[in-house]
Amino acid sequence: MIYRETGQFKTSYAADQQIFPIRQDRIGILLLLAVAFLVVPAVAGNYWFNAILIPFLIFSLAALGLNILTGYAGQLSLGSAAFMAVGAYAAYNFQVRIEGMPILLSFILAGLTAAGVGILFGLPSLRIKGFYLAVATLAAQFFIVWCLTKFPYLSNNSSSGVISVPNVEILGFTFDTPQSRYLLVLSIVAVLALLAKNMVRSTTGRAWMAVRDMDVAAEVIGIRLMRTKLLAFAVSSFYCGVAGALYAFCYLGSVEPDGFSLDLSFKILFMIIVGGVGSILGSFLGAAFILLLPIFLDIALPALSDLLGLPFGSATVSHIQLMVFGALIMFFLIVEPHGLARLWQIGKEKLRLWPFPH
Amino acid sequence: MARQIGEVILDLRNISLSFGGVKALTDISFDVREHEIRAIIGPNGAGKSSMLNVINGVYHPQQGEIVFRGEHRKDMDTHAMAAAGIARTFQNIALFKGMSVLDNLMAGRNLKMKCSFLQHALWWGPARREELAHRRKVEEVIDFLEIEHIRKTPVGRLPYGLQKRVELGRALAAEPSMLLLDEPMAGMNVEEKQDMCRFILDVNDQFGTTIVLIEHDMGVVMDISDRVVVLDYGRKIGDGAPDDVKNNPEVIAAYLGTQH
Ligand SMILES: Nc1ncnc2c1ncn2[C@@H]1O[C@H](COP(=O)(O)OP(=O)(O)OP(=O)(O)O)[C@@H](O)[C@H]1O
Ligand SMILES: [Mg+2]
Repeated sequence: MIYRETGQFKTSYAADQQIFPIRQDRIGILLLLAVAFLVVPAVAGNYWFNAILIPFLIFSLAALGLNILTGYAGQLSLGSAAFMAVGAYAAYNFQVRIEGMPILLSFILAGLTAAGVGILFGLPSLRIKGFYLAVATLAAQFFIVWCLTKFPYLSNNSSSGVISVPNVEILGFTFDTPQSRYLLVLSIVAVLALLAKNMVRSTTGRAWMAVRDMDVAAEVIGIRLMRTKLLAFAVSSFYCGVAGALYAFCYLGSVEPDGFSLDLSFKILFMIIVGGVGSILGSFLGAAFILLLPIFLDIALPALSDLLGLPFGSATVSHIQLMVFGALIMFFLIVEPHGLARLWQIGKEKLRLWPFPH
Repeated sequence: MARQIGEVILDLRNISLSFGGVKALTDISFDVREHEIRAIIGPNGAGKSSMLNVINGVYHPQQGEIVFRGEHRKDMDTHAMAAAGIARTFQNIALFKGMSVLDNLMAGRNLKMKCSFLQHALWWGPARREELAHRRKVEEVIDFLEIEHIRKTPVGRLPYGLQKRVELGRALAAEPSMLLLDEPMAGMNVEEKQDMCRFILDVNDQFGTTIVLIEHDMGVVMDISDRVVVLDYGRKIGDGAPDDVKNNPEVIAAYLGTQH
């Protein structure tokens, strides 16, 4: 198929404002969704669901949340994992404390709880920026994890804050197979990604980006800085919160506060750096990349060591993983700050001109 | 020109502004009439930009009073001024660099858009209708400024002269009743300056927009402005029609004294 927009004249602004103005892209995304919803469930095995697809989708959602805050609204945060924790524990509490609570409602309430906490920890952003704000969100990271460990009430008095979530059940259907959980997560992530795309392409998103790019000018055109930043914290934390709830209910089944450590926050930050800061697509690409890279290296490095006749121990392998990670982060920070999403876009532009590059 | 200069709509009375020990403005008074082009001139560091910042609430003067459309205020508030129809451009371009030209202009209209973020998230229905209606308005500005070919370009990639034009576009997108322009032609070549002059005059003429303009190019100032106020070291040293100001000995001295 030739990738062209020739002959696709936009006769209305409505047509021009579609998410995917180029027809091939629209077909592409529909195909992708069809594969994700119809083909994958039929062919993928449990390993794929449990170890790759479900975590990929959940981390994409968390990365999307952080991308809204950091990529779109320009507020650096190191607390994503903590907001996931709030979501996970909130969903758990709503679920075990309220009789007959629908699970989807628990997920939404979990997101809202995280949004509330996010607004609280977003308040410093009204006074401080950049590095200092990152330090303030770091406080959120440690404080929230500490609270969850410290107050047994939050984990329904289970020892050291570990919670084991009940089965997910909707309208009598129990999501007990990896395949069914994958479909549930996929549906939620697809819907939330669409909502996020809609927000960032309208006035809400423009206000976020305006505050990110030039806050004085944003104020002068009438954008309220406080409201805009706090909304970004709220929406971002909502997404992270739902991701956390899914992480507990559809991925691990049992979580502890320390599972939502600073390491995890950094992992999510790396996802958006590699995938693309300020890009919905980038959140997905970054999550895929960061999750798949270790798996790929696990397979590739021993093979490489066999090939070269070098004895790579497992310690060496994990060291190499870290080094590759570090090198990639630096590469993207320096060479391509807009990440894989930008590379993808450049690729498409090249393809559009192909085979005559001028 | 059918344009009729109207009543005083903005009256600045005895404004003083200082930053720590630095006195940026000292006891300055002047007014702006509806539909006029009012220039502020003066050597570097005279306090011209500070004056604009006081008018739209970026800076808050320590002393003085501002009367805007009959309302007496101690200082202004950026949001209220934007809502009251004051738009501006900056001396050092303050565009949203990561956004396209179109998005910059759409952002300029944000106060006119009423949908909530939840409606935006759902898109279909009110948010989409609103987006389309405002897109039409923004396209009028794009036509007016002749920037159709770059509407989808991220502004960070545009050359300086075009960025200045886009910034004017963002201000115009708000359909302001008063425009504050801080050196809109600085750093432009002759041709770009001519275009910019034409846009400013057209805006003033077609929409009756009141314009407060800071400009260093004396030729331009004398050509297009109705009245000129001259600042030097934070004080007002001249005020009146371009010809009067040009022949004011104090103004001549200030300019000669600081000419590089
Ligand atoms: N935010 C600020 N903080 C401290 N001092 C300031 C600030 N803004 C302006 N000043 C000072 O106020 C004085 C007037 O500055 P202003 O920018 O208004 O001058 P200007 O007439 O616009 O000059 P130019 O022609 O160079 O743009 C200068 O001495 C400047 O250093
Ligand atoms: Mg200035």
